[in-house]
Amino acid sequence: MADFEPNITAFVCTWCTYAGADLAGTSRMKYPANVRLIRVPCTGRIDALFILKAFENGADAVLVSGCHPGDCHYTSGNLHARRRWTVFSELLDFVGIDSGRVTFSWISAAEGRKFADLITEVTAKVRALGPFDSYRKMSAAAGEQSNAR
Amino acid sequence: MSRIGVFVCWCGENIGRTVDCPAVAEAARRMPGVAHAVDYKYMCSDPGQQMIIQAIAEHRLTGLVVASCSPRMHEPTFRKAAARAGLNPYLCEMANIREHCSWVHEDRAVATAKAIELLRVMVEKVRHNEALKAVSVPITDRALVIGGGIAGIQAALDIADAGHDVILVERAPSIGGHMSQLSETFPTLDCSQCILTPKMVEVAQHPRIRLLTCAEVEAVSGYVGNFEVTVRRKARYVRLDRCTGCGACWNECPVKKIPSEFDEGLGLRTAVYVPFPQAVPNKPMIDTENCLRHKDARRKGIPVTESKVCGKCEAACPIPGKAINFADADELETVQVGAIVVATGFQTLPAAAIPEYGAGRFKDVVTGLQFERLASASGPTSGEIRRPSDGRPVERLAVIACVGSRDPAKGCAYCSKICCMYIAKHAMLFRHKNHHGAAHVFYMDIRAGGKDYDEFVRRAIEEDGVDYLRGRVSRIFERGGKLVLFGSDTLVGEKVELEVDMVVLASAMVPQPGVQALAQKLGVAYDQSGWLTEAHPKLRPVETAAAGVFLAGTCQGPRDIPETVAQAGGAASKVIGLLSRDTLDREPIIARVDERVCDYCTACIKTCPVKAIGTKELKNRQGVLLRRVAEVNAGLCIGCGTCVAACRPKAIDLAGFTDAQLFAEVRALGDFNDIEGRECDGVPHFGPAGCIAGQSVKSGGLDSHPTDAGMEREKHG
Repeated sequence: MADFEPNITAFVCTWCTYAGADLAGTSRMKYPANVRLIRVPCTGRIDALFILKAFENGADAVLVSGCHPGDCHYTSGNLHARRRWTVFSELLDFVGIDSGRVTFSWISAAEGRKFADLITEVTAKVRALGPFDSYRKMSAAAGEQSNAR
Repeated sequence: MSRIGVFVCWCGENIGRTVDCPAVAEAARRMPGVAHAVDYKYMCSDPGQQMIIQAIAEHRLTGLVVASCSPRMHEPTFRKAAARAGLNPYLCEMANIREHCSWVHEDRAVATAKAIELLRVMVEKVRHNEALKAVSVPITDRALVIGGGIAGIQAALDIADAGHDVILVERAPSIGGHMSQLSETFPTLDCSQCILTPKMVEVAQHPRIRLLTCAEVEAVSGYVGNFEVTVRRKARYVRLDRCTGCGACWNECPVKKIPSEFDEGLGLRTAVYVPFPQAVPNKPMIDTENCLRHKDARRKGIPVTESKVCGKCEAACPIPGKAINFADADELETVQVGAIVVATGFQTLPAAAIPEYGAGRFKDVVTGLQFERLASASGPTSGEIRRPSDGRPVERLAVIACVGSRDPAKGCAYCSKICCMYIAKHAMLFRHKNHHGAAHVFYMDIRAGGKDYDEFVRRAIEEDGVDYLRGRVSRIFERGGKLVLFGSDTLVGEKVELEVDMVVLASAMVPQPGVQALAQKLGVAYDQSGWLTEAHPKLRPVETAAAGVFLAGTCQGPRDIPETVAQAGGAASKVIGLLSRDTLDREPIIARVDERVCDYCTACIKTCPVKAIGTKELKNRQGVLLRRVAEVNAGLCIGCGTCVAACRPKAIDLAGFTDAQLFAEVRALGDFNDIEGRECDGVPHFGPAGCIAGQSVKSGGLDSHPTDAGMEREKHG
């Protein structure tokens, strides 16, 4: 697995983290090319299903990032996202899915450096974790089961 | 069937250097639903846009993806181009292959592969896009200004002078606010009332301003351009239409020893009173707490009109038909406005919060505002600095800076900003009035950043001989009719014990009580200290997160008069800009409810940050209520999508970011290689099993890609 390149899907809000990623670009910071950003208006828009669907579609890890608490463009969407995340991570633990596969963070529009560092860090972490085959096997098995019925 | 056009931009060298743009366009041609794909040096240039416009007509495109810079940069440009070609602008999306790809990656093959994936995501999204129409809302050409201090006065005048109607609501019986209480203003020492009262009069006489005093905002509903505001007009017991302000009533009023609010408790007033001689409107009101007739009615539990006690004011009123009206009652009035300016101002930290300095306990420990009244020519001592306790002149004065300010323990972690200047002014005014007197200032730092501000403080120290001591005062107590201060001078490194006649506390500025409740009615955020929050601290300083609601003055945070006036002008210009239009176009990125699916669990109503979701009753033809469903107000919705994620039956969706679109995006990122039953779509990608396509990219080029257009798709894995 020396040359394993993880697929990382990121759900980011348009006002803070997407803009932070833009800033990292404008500042020509370098980071691994493993992350694909999906832009949503606010982290409050993110349904836990998005994360599961990303895993189902081959993501080895998922990143969720938005405005810092108190900085939400829509005043409170990120707080809802945080609450949902708290519940969701416990659910992952309960089901036996490694919650280390999901990273939740706050990155503002001014934190280009933080964005680049986070991507580097998460990529290294997931590279060490290896491919998320267990989830895919599980979802494939679940698919077979429902097909059999 | 989608016919999507893909336009890959080189951005000169910016993208072209790291991303193989022709290869990206080539890959796009093989993506499902793509009818046309080209690459060009500068897509945003005029020829680039022409290229898009022509392609839309030529290829009958149903959607566009421009792979170039960030949508935060050029989305409006390309959407406008689409609109010019007759394509709905919301059918155009951008794939960010510059900021998120070519600028952050160095390896050409890797960057090209990622660019193709980013493009594929957007192509999949656009396949699910739908034509959206900007939400057009009518605008009521009238503004509401809440608060009649200098901020509200300035905003009201600026808006009214531009030809728009204004309703100015003030809680107190007169406008003027704190500025009307000040003696002189720094750094020019011009008399506060001399510069303020003409503006107050202008407000009262302006044909476009409707002034409502003794009034408060009770409820707010609606949205930008269409607010409906309920104003409570409190009973004044004086008919403003009849009263001439002659003064006969308050001269006769037997209750004469009520501490005057305007004089900060240092002067006295009657129960029927005008707060100060220059009040606007210059007409009295009856203070029901202290009026003998009201007291009698309350004691007997009868309506005040049936009480026979006192009534001297009514008897003294020379107006035929009488201006005094004991039958007055609170009235609720609903007004329609298009924009709202909040200018509720500040108060100083209440004395109870600062027990260590004996405020409220020792009469000669006064607040900054009380000192303003003592120094004012219209004040209780006619401008002589005398002790409130015994009326003796003050020979030695101490002023303490940062009382509460910059002290998280008092809930005021911030700097109150104006104190450094007004304590210099107080010490200076005292020295001007009493040439033999001594003035000491205890300070932490001097923050005099403003035009002519530092010069003013230097003048106090150097020309007026004010003694500045850098250090805090730990304790104040009374000894032999004088006040003793224990403090320190940290520059000399010594303890200081000082005996003075009067102490002035530069108490922190804090928000007006009740402003948080008002903020909640308006949907405006406030910070930990209770100051209202602007939409952006730098670039949108007068707007709020609630569209159509603007901020002026100290309701947003401590600031001085020049800054307040400037900000009020800024808020007014935003209001004028809004009201100058007949209708307002808003982004159609809003939530919508599928009434067939909604089971009215109200989760969306609870999560909505702007209260944009209400209830709709579904009735049959006989008018019988069948069931209730959630309903989104298109004018209010700000399109965050929090409700969508909260909706359990998936009855609510966000236009522009629908579930269908986002799931399509996630699917487009799918690792088509290693999931059984999936076919590789010939697009290179990373993957644990190593798609051949992906490897061929990594090994240096797309030429060896196995799937050419028209070739049967190979199945890997």
